[in-house]
Amino acid sequence: MNGLHATGSPYAPHTDDERAAMLEAVDIDAVEDLFDIPADVRFDDEFGIDARTERETRRLVRSLLGRNDDLTELLGRGHYGYYVPSLVDHLADRSEFLTSYTQYQPEVSQGFLQALFEYQSLLVELTGLEVANCSMYDAATALGEAATLAERVRSTSGHRVLVPDLLLEGRRSTLENYVAGTDLEVETYPTDDANVDLDALADAVDEDTVMVYAENPTVRGTIEGGLERVGDLAHEADALFVLGSDPVALSLLQRPADVGADAVVGDASVLGLPTSYGMGLGLFACREDYLRQVPGRLVGASEDATDRRAYTLTLQTREQHIRRERATSNICTNQAWVALRTAMHAAYLGPDGMVDLAKRGVMRAEDLADRLDEIVGVTAPIHDRHHFREFVAHVDQPARAVADDLEQLGFAVHVLGEHEIQVCVAGVPDEQIDPFVDAFAEVAR
Amino acid sequence: MTDDARNHDGDDAGDGRVRYDQARYVEDGQYEPLLSEKDRTTVEIGDSDDSPLPEDLTRDSLELPGLSEPELARHYTRLSQMVYGIDSGPYPLGSCTMKYNPKFTEDVAALPKAAVHPDRSERSIQGTLELLYRLQDYLGRIGGMDAVTLQPPAGAAGEFVGIRVAAAYHEHNGEGHRNEVIVPESAHGTNFATAALGGYDVVSLPSDDGGRVDLEALEAALSENTAALMLTNPNTLGLFERDITEIAEMVHDVGGLLYYDGANLNALLGRARPGDMGFDVMHYNVHKTFATPHGGGGPGAGPVGVADELAPFLPAPRVRKNGPGGSEPTYELFDPDHTIGKVHGYQGNWLVLVKAFAYIARLGDDGLNDASAKAVLNANYLASQIGYDVPYEPFHHEFVASAGDQDAADVAKRMLDYGVHPPTTKWPEIVPEALMTEPTEVESKKTLDRLAAAFNAVAEEDDETLEAAPERTTARRIDQTSAARNPQLSWHALEDES
Repeated sequence: MNGLHATGSPYAPHTDDERAAMLEAVDIDAVEDLFDIPADVRFDDEFGIDARTERETRRLVRSLLGRNDDLTELLGRGHYGYYVPSLVDHLADRSEFLTSYTQYQPEVSQGFLQALFEYQSLLVELTGLEVANCSMYDAATALGEAATLAERVRSTSGHRVLVPDLLLEGRRSTLENYVAGTDLEVETYPTDDANVDLDALADAVDEDTVMVYAENPTVRGTIEGGLERVGDLAHEADALFVLGSDPVALSLLQRPADVGADAVVGDASVLGLPTSYGMGLGLFACREDYLRQVPGRLVGASEDATDRRAYTLTLQTREQHIRRERATSNICTNQAWVALRTAMHAAYLGPDGMVDLAKRGVMRAEDLADRLDEIVGVTAPIHDRHHFREFVAHVDQPARAVADDLEQLGFAVHVLGEHEIQVCVAGVPDEQIDPFVDAFAEVAR
Repeated sequence: MTDDARNHDGDDAGDGRVRYDQARYVEDGQYEPLLSEKDRTTVEIGDSDDSPLPEDLTRDSLELPGLSEPELARHYTRLSQMVYGIDSGPYPLGSCTMKYNPKFTEDVAALPKAAVHPDRSERSIQGTLELLYRLQDYLGRIGGMDAVTLQPPAGAAGEFVGIRVAAAYHEHNGEGHRNEVIVPESAHGTNFATAALGGYDVVSLPSDDGGRVDLEALEAALSENTAALMLTNPNTLGLFERDITEIAEMVHDVGGLLYYDGANLNALLGRARPGDMGFDVMHYNVHKTFATPHGGGGPGAGPVGVADELAPFLPAPRVRKNGPGGSEPTYELFDPDHTIGKVHGYQGNWLVLVKAFAYIARLGDDGLNDASAKAVLNANYLASQIGYDVPYEPFHHEFVASAGDQDAADVAKRMLDYGVHPPTTKWPEIVPEALMTEPTEVESKKTLDRLAAAFNAVAEEDDETLEAAPERTTARRIDQTSAARNPQLSWHALEDES
C-alpha cells in the first residue's frame, strides 16, 4: 500500500492538498458539511468491516474458496462446464470491454456494439429466426420474458402457458414469478420417456393457450423428434411455440425455424463461461413479426456521417428508460460481457468446431452410457432415446448413497429419484472417464 | 489529418482541453469488417456420413466464420480499441456510478475454486456458501437491513424481487387488494417498468419546486390501495429527501411498504442507511456502489435487503450459518418459510458477487466512508467549476446541470472529442436539456479540472460545431432514425439488403 492512501479508499486518488483546494473551491470547511442528512437518520456507528490490503484480501478469498472440494463435475441439467479457450479470457478481459457501460454513446462504443451485433448474428444463424436480442439474464428469465411476449403478441386473449412436467424447478419458479403480475397461469403437460407426449399435449392445448414450451435437448438429455407436431399443435390454437435450447445443441440439432418455433430461449453461456455457480446468459430470439415487442437491447446497423456502416442500440422506445411502465420488459443491465465471451468462444470454434463439439456431446454420452450399462446393478440410459451430453441411469442401490460415495471418490453427479442418477459428459476431460467408470462400478454394485 | 479535424484542433488550447482520437480501422470503406465478411464456412450436417444422429433429428448445415486464432485475436483487439471504458478516461454518467474497477477482483473471481456447478452438494462447496453468507452479512450492515438475498442478477431484477416480496407480504396479511405502486416522476425508468411487470398500477408522483417528494402530492396519492412507494435517496437530482422520516410514516400509516432503489447508495456509505430511514426493502447495485465492472452492459447483481417481517418471503434458497461443524462452522442453503420462489434459474451472478465481496473486504469501514465523502466532494467541486447552470442543490454524489440553449445530446457528442465520456443527457426531465453528472470518488482533481474544461469549452461552441460532433471518435454521428426505421439486426439482414 503506498503512503498516499494509508487510510480511506485506495481508489480515491486525492492528496491532502488537492482536497483542501477542492474544499476551498466549494467554499466549505469540511466534507461532512456537504452531507445534507437530518440528524435523526444519520448513521453514527460502524459497519465493523476491517479494511485489508489487496494482498490480504486475495488471501482471504483464496482461503474461503479453498474450502470448496476439487471434484470432477459430471453435472449438467442446464449448466455446463465446457472448456473455455484462453483467447476468450484474455481478449474479453481487455479493460475497454470489461469497464465500459451500456453503449449509450455509440460513437465511442463501436467495438462492443459490433461484437454484440456478431453475437446476435450467431443466434440468427443457429435458430433460423430473424431477430435475436443481445442478452437476458439466463434461460429461466428468458423463458419468463417469452411468456409475457406471448401474451402481448397473441391475437386473441388467453391465459395458459404450457410447459413440460420435467421442466427444471428453477425455470418453472422463475417463470411463475414473471407471470405473477399478469393473467397468465403456468400449467404442465406430460412427457413420455422424457420427450413431449404428443397425444397428451394435443389434449392439453386449447384456444385459451397462449404459449407452448418445449426443450431440445430435454433436461434429461434426450433429443426430441416430434417438434414439428408441437409447433403445429401450438399454432392451431394461435399460441406461440417457444423452444428452449443452447448454442452447442443448436449447432447440430434441428433448426428451430424449421420446426416452426416462434421464439427460442435458453442459456447461451454454455459457450464462454466456465461453471460459475449458475451465472448465465439468457438467449432470446424470435420471428421478425414480434420485433416491436422484443424485450431487452437490440444492436442495429446504421450509417455514420461519413456514410460508413456503424452500429447502435436501436428500437429503444420499447425499453424501460423511455417507455417506463409501458416497456416490453424492465431489463436494463443485462449480460453483455457474457454475450461477448460467448461470441468469442463460438468464433474460436468456427462452424467445424461447433458441430464437432455437438457431435462429441452425442457420441460421448452414448459411449459413457454403454459403459455404465455394463456394470452390474446399473441400467443406462433409462430412456430409449438419442441423447445429447447427458443421460439418466438407473442404479439398484439407493441413488443418494451412490452419489455420496462417488463424491468421496472425487466425482459429482445429479441424484434425480430414489434410484436415478443423471450424468453429463460436457467439459469432462477424456482422461477422467475411465476413473469415473471405475468409481461408478465400485460404488454401484 | 482531415480538414475538419484541423478546423477544430484543440491541441494548443492550453486550458486542459485534450484532443482525443479514438482508434479506427477502415477496410474497403468500412470500419473493422464483420467476422462474416472475413470468412464464411459452411458445414453440411444432414447428409454427412459421420453424423451420430439420424438426418431427421439434425439441421442441414451451419454457416459461420471460420477464422484462425491469430485473426480472431486481432479482430477482438481492434474492437476493444474502439470502446471507451472507465480505464480509458472519466465516465461521469449520472446514476450509473461508473467507478474504477480494481484489477485484483478479476483475479479472485478467476480462482479455479470459484468455478463450481450450481448443483454441487452443499458439503462440497462450503467456501462458496461461506463467501455468500459473509456478503449477505456485509450488505445487511451497510444497508441497515435484517436479511439479504443475493439471487437477483441485476438492479432491475432486484427491484422485481422487492415488488414480488411486497406483493407476497400483503397477500399473506390478507391485503391482496393493494394494487398501486407510487413512483416519483424523477425515478429510474426501471421502477415504473418493474411495478408494471409486477402487475401494479403505477401512480406517478410529481416533485415539489425544490426537486424533492411533494408531501401534499404524496398524501393525495396514498390510500388503502398503496402497496409500496419506490424511492431513491438521494434522488436522481442528487438531493437528499430530508423529509424521509415523515415520508416513511405516511407510507406506513396507510399500510404500504417503502422501497429503496439502491442506485444512489454510493452517496451514503457510512453516513446513512436505508434501514434506519424507514425503508422496508431495498436493492443494492453492487456493480455501481461496490465497483464490479459493468462489462458493456452487464452482468451486474442486485441483492435485496429487507426488514425482518419481510424475510420469510425472500427468494429461495438463501444461505445460513449452521453452527460449528468440527473445527469450522458449516453453511447451508434454506428456503424462507413463505418464499416467492426463484427469480433466476440458479443463484444469480456469482462471479459478480465474488468481486463485490472482495471490494468491500478491501475497503472496510474506512474505505467505504471515504468513498462516499470523496464522491460527494468530487460532484460538488466539479459543479463549481463548470459554466452550465445547476438549478437544484445541495446535491450529493451527482448533480443535474442544464445545457440551456444548447441541445444536451449535441453537448454530449462534442464532449467525446475532448476525450471524456459525457454525462447522462436529457434526464431527469425536470431539468431542461439535462446533463446529469456523477464523477464518483475515483477521479482526481486534475481529471475533474480536465472534465470541467471540456464542459466549458463545449459551452462556448456554436450549434454548428456541436451538430457536427463527434469527429475524433471511431464513428462519426450515427443515424439513429434510419437504424430504427430500417432495422438491420444481424449480418444476415445486411446481406439480404445488399
